[in-house]
Amino acid sequence: MTTETHSSTEHGMSNAGYVRIAVILAAITGLEVATYYVDFGALFLPSLLLMMAVKFVIVVSFFMHLKFDNKLFSWVFYAGLILALTVYGIFLATFHFFS
Amino acid sequence: MTADSHIDSHGAAHTSTGLSNNKLGMWLFLGSECLLFGGLISTYMLYRGRVGEGPRPSQVFDIPFTSVSSFVLLMSSLTMVLAVSAAHKGDDRNTHLWISVTALLGATFVGGQVYEFTAFYNEGMGFTTSLFSSSFYVLTGFHGVHVTVGIIMLMSTVGILKRSKVPGSKAETIELIGLYWHFVDIVWIIIFTLIYLIPA
Repeated sequence: MTTETHSSTEHGMSNAGYVRIAVILAAITGLEVATYYVDFGALFLPSLLLMMAVKFVIVVSFFMHLKFDNKLFSWVFYAGLILALTVYGIFLATFHFFS
Repeated sequence: MTADSHIDSHGAAHTSTGLSNNKLGMWLFLGSECLLFGGLISTYMLYRGRVGEGPRPSQVFDIPFTSVSSFVLLMSSLTMVLAVSAAHKGDDRNTHLWISVTALLGATFVGGQVYEFTAFYNEGMGFTTSLFSSSFYVLTGFHGVHVTVGIIMLMSTVGILKRSKVPGSKAETIELIGLYWHFVDIVWIIIFTLIYLIPA
């Protein structure tokens, strides 16, 4: 087993893999910016939110290594995130933000 | 007992969970930060239409400029992960290099934010001009402070690493700073979409 493979197994991906992930993130950012200039119609909001979520998950999973790390770290982080989404979702609904 | 003795040569920590307490603590901190930024983002979403006599978001936002800033911060996540990767391989030279590049990209982003704030102020959008402007400056200002703290941590790490005085595993120390840095990046991913790209 090479040093690279050993490192990739324990700590995520190879450097080339990280560069590929960054290229994907840059491409999604380009698409996001395009929605500001091109009329996506009814797909505007869903597509923007979907791209934001995809970028979020990619960074957390690959750059922050949650995909490769112990599941307890994922539970701890996503518990905070889900709690925040729930609390502030209710908060915004209370002020009729969604209506 | 020093921090070194808690982590064996394979990176496993001798704790009750078998995980590094420092890393678990960092993830707990980041989970709690979701609540902080969630509150700030929600407040902005509520007040973004309350412009009063001040300018509307669409009148002041410079999307091409902010897009470049976002791209710079996104690429700093790449350089940070390359620094962590180099640290795990024991490659000190590349670790220092990538950490320095990350700090430079972060400083570029903060510089862009200072320029943006100055431009907004000159266009009549002060901190107390409207509920929109107050919530905008608080949200993006808090994020900017987080990036600045990250830059200070990165530069301090480079200085400390050169003197080899980092307690515990060098790689883990850099990984923890990396987690913080990536978190700052994902918060901006959300801010860029919800605040800049979705019109009020």
